[in-house]
Amino acid sequence: MATQTRTKAQAKPKIKLVKSAPASKVQKASAPIRQMVYDKKNLTGAEIIIQALVDNGVDTIFGYPGGAVLPIYDALFQQKKIKHVLVRHEQAALHAAEGYARSTGKVGCALVTSGPGATNAVTGLTDALLDSIPVVCFSGQVPTFLIGTDAFQEADTTGITRQCTKQNYLVKDVKNLAKTIHEAFHVAKSGRPGPVVIDLPKDVQFAPGSYISPENTDLSRYQPRTQPDLSQIELAVEMMASAKRPVFYTGGGVINSGTEAARLLTELVQMTGFPLTSTLMGLGAYPTRDRQHLGMLGMHGTYEANWAMHDCDVMVNIGARFDDRVTGRLDAFSPHSKKIHIDIDPSSINKIVRVELGIVSDSVEALRAMIAVWKKRKYKADATAMKQWWAQIDKWRSVQCLSYKKSDTIIKPQFALERLQAALDKEKREVFVSTEVGQHQMWAAQFLKFEQPNHWMTSGGLGTMGYGLPAAIGVQMAHPNALVVDVAGDASILMNIQELSTAVQHKLPVKIFILNNQWMGMVKQWQELLHGERYSSSYTESLPDFVKLADAYGGIGFRVESPDDLDRVIKEMMKTDRVTIVDVCVDQKENCFPMIPSGKAHNEMILSADAKKFDKTLV
Amino acid sequence: MVRQSQQDKKSVYGAAPVQDPVSSHTLAVIVDNEPGVLARVIGLFSGRGYNIESLTVAETDQTKKQSRITIVCSGTVHVIEQIHHQLGRLVPVHRVSNLTLEGTHIERELALLKVCGVKDKRIEALRIADIFRARVVDSTLGSFVFEITGTTEKVDAFVDLMKPLGLCEISRTGVAAISRGKEIVCDGK
Repeated sequence: MATQTRTKAQAKPKIKLVKSAPASKVQKASAPIRQMVYDKKNLTGAEIIIQALVDNGVDTIFGYPGGAVLPIYDALFQQKKIKHVLVRHEQAALHAAEGYARSTGKVGCALVTSGPGATNAVTGLTDALLDSIPVVCFSGQVPTFLIGTDAFQEADTTGITRQCTKQNYLVKDVKNLAKTIHEAFHVAKSGRPGPVVIDLPKDVQFAPGSYISPENTDLSRYQPRTQPDLSQIELAVEMMASAKRPVFYTGGGVINSGTEAARLLTELVQMTGFPLTSTLMGLGAYPTRDRQHLGMLGMHGTYEANWAMHDCDVMVNIGARFDDRVTGRLDAFSPHSKKIHIDIDPSSINKIVRVELGIVSDSVEALRAMIAVWKKRKYKADATAMKQWWAQIDKWRSVQCLSYKKSDTIIKPQFALERLQAALDKEKREVFVSTEVGQHQMWAAQFLKFEQPNHWMTSGGLGTMGYGLPAAIGVQMAHPNALVVDVAGDASILMNIQELSTAVQHKLPVKIFILNNQWMGMVKQWQELLHGERYSSSYTESLPDFVKLADAYGGIGFRVESPDDLDRVIKEMMKTDRVTIVDVCVDQKENCFPMIPSGKAHNEMILSADAKKFDKTLV
Repeated sequence: MVRQSQQDKKSVYGAAPVQDPVSSHTLAVIVDNEPGVLARVIGLFSGRGYNIESLTVAETDQTKKQSRITIVCSGTVHVIEQIHHQLGRLVPVHRVSNLTLEGTHIERELALLKVCGVKDKRIEALRIADIFRARVVDSTLGSFVFEITGTTEKVDAFVDLMKPLGLCEISRTGVAAISRGKEIVCDGK
């Protein structure tokens, strides 16, 4: 079928193919003639790639050149529609593309060379796979006639990335190039989004070929289901209407489904009056300041969220996947509830937790249908039951699980984040926050406030230290006038510290807010609680001077050691026009609470010493 | 249902669940016959820790360039359901059918057996081959090659009988399967 379409397109080239040729500006003098030729035939593979990128809406690509991608870099040099951002390590190119994708809702794009370029990209690809981020990564490859000969900078890229991509391609013939790229973008963003790799041998980049537009490409072989079965939706809404102790449990799927999904979720939640808890990836889909938001759930989630999950009678999971960090001990996970699971990926349903009702659907479609049914049938939540349920939730809330011991002399990490949030609240610009991975990430999820989707970038599934800075760079590229803050830890930031150079080169005023406790905090916390305080290799000795480091790269650095000084420095940070590091020297002993220890259930949380104990007699 | 040992308590992950009973299922998978598709299917099994008992693949539709992969795999009902969905998620996969669950089906396997022997053993081998309706497809004075078709159990039984009679080499195809009746497993997700 694809072959037929292509032949047809070649035989009768449509004029609309012409309209978005990238060469139009460069080749101004002979534009009309050149364009016609350019669009149909006599393009090199590299030119086809550029045209395909433009037609797929790409305006920014993150990459690092090398021998096997030089023809593409040459083509990039001769056009103006696509901005190339030179990173300092290929892993960062992928994370930046993720940050770009997550903050715009578009497909992120990366370009790396063969061999080490491709292998360096693997962590970023895996990160995108686990967090379902649409990314297309182009990798160079040795010429087709050298594949398999252990040529210089050769790696079996499609073999290596097969398990860490949603789909990957090796294009061995230029005639398949355009349609492969179009399918790659389609696959990356359709259904459950994910990363796609296109491996491009160097001779294919040079080879002359013709271009086919996305409109003339047959994409029928990948058409995942997005519409829910309406009878199932009716069943789900009936279950919700009869619930006495309901809870919404929402995840990254709502974010991936677009801003409309978040709006509909807010409408549904407010319409029903049910409480909602969100996963780490789902933060921002519903405003966290609202009373109906119980905060994040899971291992470091709030007391009220986890107890509500444990005690609920109807659980409505929208776009979350019962991750092990969320469920705790499986056989004690929400033992008395009927569970509804809405997910676009059929393999997510019944994967870990058996549910009463599984609905395969895009969140936005399911939410729209649920609202329609709820309205049409004039459902109302059981008022008495809801009153009791909220009274119960308020009792859990009164534990104040996030409270911590304040100090006048030492900066508590939680306090630092509260002050950061206070400053962000006053900020007029659009605010985006990314994080690295560890204690600081959990504190950021607990203490920052999330008002809208696509403004929170964090590595959830893979837990990739070093994610935050490159992701922030990707966000800042997409939103040049926004304020982008990377909440970091002293260990994580060093994993991709070289990207300071990228930020300086491209004039990206990313703010790096390091909660520096001189430990790999989360590792230390586990060693303290579970391994007899034997701190094996978790103390970060010989940390650099982050202020001087920022300076050395051409950025700005501040250090804060006293709580009184915090507000002033945060204010300074907001004003800088360059990449800025704030090295916040925080309490080294502070641990992240509350916490569900592994193998424990939601109702067996450990609270910090400062939280009030819950009086079980109140239940 | 969950085992709790000292080690589990220290783990960042919970305890391993106790397994449900394991059964064997036959899946028919229609895929685009493109490079890497088999690696993708097999990689899914190895990557997620599923067991493959047998795998047969060949192009079945030359115009559409589609192949049919027949997989016999074992696992709990839960695992088999996961395998089904995970396979369905792959881009080049058009259709997955669990033949074991979807009514009755026929399974056949072909095997070539080389049996070397002389005198009585040679005669006995030929007699048993006749009983099993195996064909002799090659013969020398000291050897036979038998071709046998049938269910996995029948082939197993034949192989067992040939062992004492000088069986020295086997080549088996793995299972090919098709459902009974008018229902078909075809293209279209």
